[in-house]
Amino acid sequence: MEAVFSDFGEYAKAFGLTCGLFLVAGLGSLVWGTFLAALRVGPVAVMRKASAAYVGVFRNTPLLVVFIFVAVALPKIGYSFTFIENVDVGGHHVSGYFFRACVALTLYTSAFVCEAVRSGINAVPLGQAEAARSIGLTFTQTMQEVVLPQAVRAVVPPLTSVLVALLKNTSVAAAFGIAEATAQMKSMNNDHADQRIQIFLLFAVGYIVLVEVLTFSSYALERRWRVA
Amino acid sequence: MTAAGSSASGTGTEVIVALESVDKWFGDLHVLRGIDLSVRRGEVVVVIGPSGSGKSTLCRTINRLETIDRGSIVLEGQPLPQEGKALARLRADVGMVFQSFNLFAHKTVLENVTLGPIKVRGTSRVEAEERARALLERVGVAEQAQKYPAQLSGGQQQRVAIARALAMDPALMLFDEPTSALDPEMIKEVLDVMVDLARGGMTMVVVTHEMGFARTAADRVIFMADGAIVEEGSPDEFFSNPRSERAQDFLSKVLSH
Repeated sequence: MEAVFSDFGEYAKAFGLTCGLFLVAGLGSLVWGTFLAALRVGPVAVMRKASAAYVGVFRNTPLLVVFIFVAVALPKIGYSFTFIENVDVGGHHVSGYFFRACVALTLYTSAFVCEAVRSGINAVPLGQAEAARSIGLTFTQTMQEVVLPQAVRAVVPPLTSVLVALLKNTSVAAAFGIAEATAQMKSMNNDHADQRIQIFLLFAVGYIVLVEVLTFSSYALERRWRVA
Repeated sequence: MTAAGSSASGTGTEVIVALESVDKWFGDLHVLRGIDLSVRRGEVVVVIGPSGSGKSTLCRTINRLETIDRGSIVLEGQPLPQEGKALARLRADVGMVFQSFNLFAHKTVLENVTLGPIKVRGTSRVEAEERARALLERVGVAEQAQKYPAQLSGGQQQRVAIARALAMDPALMLFDEPTSALDPEMIKEVLDVMVDLARGGMTMVVVTHEMGFARTAADRVIFMADGAIVEEGSPDEFFSNPRSERAQDFLSKVLSH
């Protein structure tokens, strides 16, 4: 136990990094995944096919493979996203490793977000979109004003599952040079081989707490939107 | 103006919508067969016929909620655009009232009516709300403005839907079986609003099973069967002396009790 508590700053910092990965990739996936879902139900056939192909590729590929592709293969052919290292966030340089991990997580998770949002869109009766179109709203306005706001309600539970998976998937970044929670656990285990079980448990508790926070926020949202 | 005599009055010569040899298939099913139809400004055209005869499909092709496979539809002198912004602009001028109301479930009654004017016409919120309240007053649901659609009765919802369509100042209103999903005592309140509109000179295409409405408010009755227009004429002519056997058969079934 004291291995963690004596170094609690490191423990907290590692989970901070986990949260950072989760927040950036989560936001990225929500935006990109929703956009993909809009394309998948949109009027342009080419875009519908492209979006379906995207989901096919990234949902069917193991996350580790996506990581290797973005973090190892892309830099080999010149896409290392190092330009991001010139960006300062709150006095800290953004690391290229961190950014590439976020890209990999976003590419992968957005495929699942797309399908979750699409299920929500399908849950909105067709008549809603027809009514929106018949008062002259464009496709984009119909989505923004009528379909997505209603889809969001139906989409909270499946989307929560996707985000919980993302939160835990951030641990894959441990293998790609990021000192997030899982990497930190490994290194503490190396230094304190006699306290392995306690270290495992404390890191597990960290993940459980984060996921619980996420789940409770999702229940709160569900309750709030049910009333309206 | 008497109800039955509304035929000539208020009907201009300007053609608002013209369909020419329109054909449509759902797979192998030929749902619209060579439809020719033109509606003049101020005219009230009531489309009746057995279910599956293509009446609703016909109504929905006019604002291109259904595409057509052959023929042409010209609205206010302009051929219907295929997709995109031009189509959206054109739809803004055609009001549509659905069988299942289709009010936006997540918006209040007032927001339902103001959405189109604000987003499509660029009207200011204040102005749109003022206009919406006047329209809600006109259809008799002004006191429900802050409620959500689910809190209203079917008849009230349908009247809000009519107000929502009117808020766009449409050149033409389409009614796709507006009373078919309503309880009997609510049908009248919706029909009253529609008769009122008809007398006010609104151009209307109404698909309905309400023969009473057809008699009262229609300038012209169109009888459809199996995707084709079988017969058309003034309501008096049609109801008292239907020419085709198909129409005689239909009327004997719906008017016998």
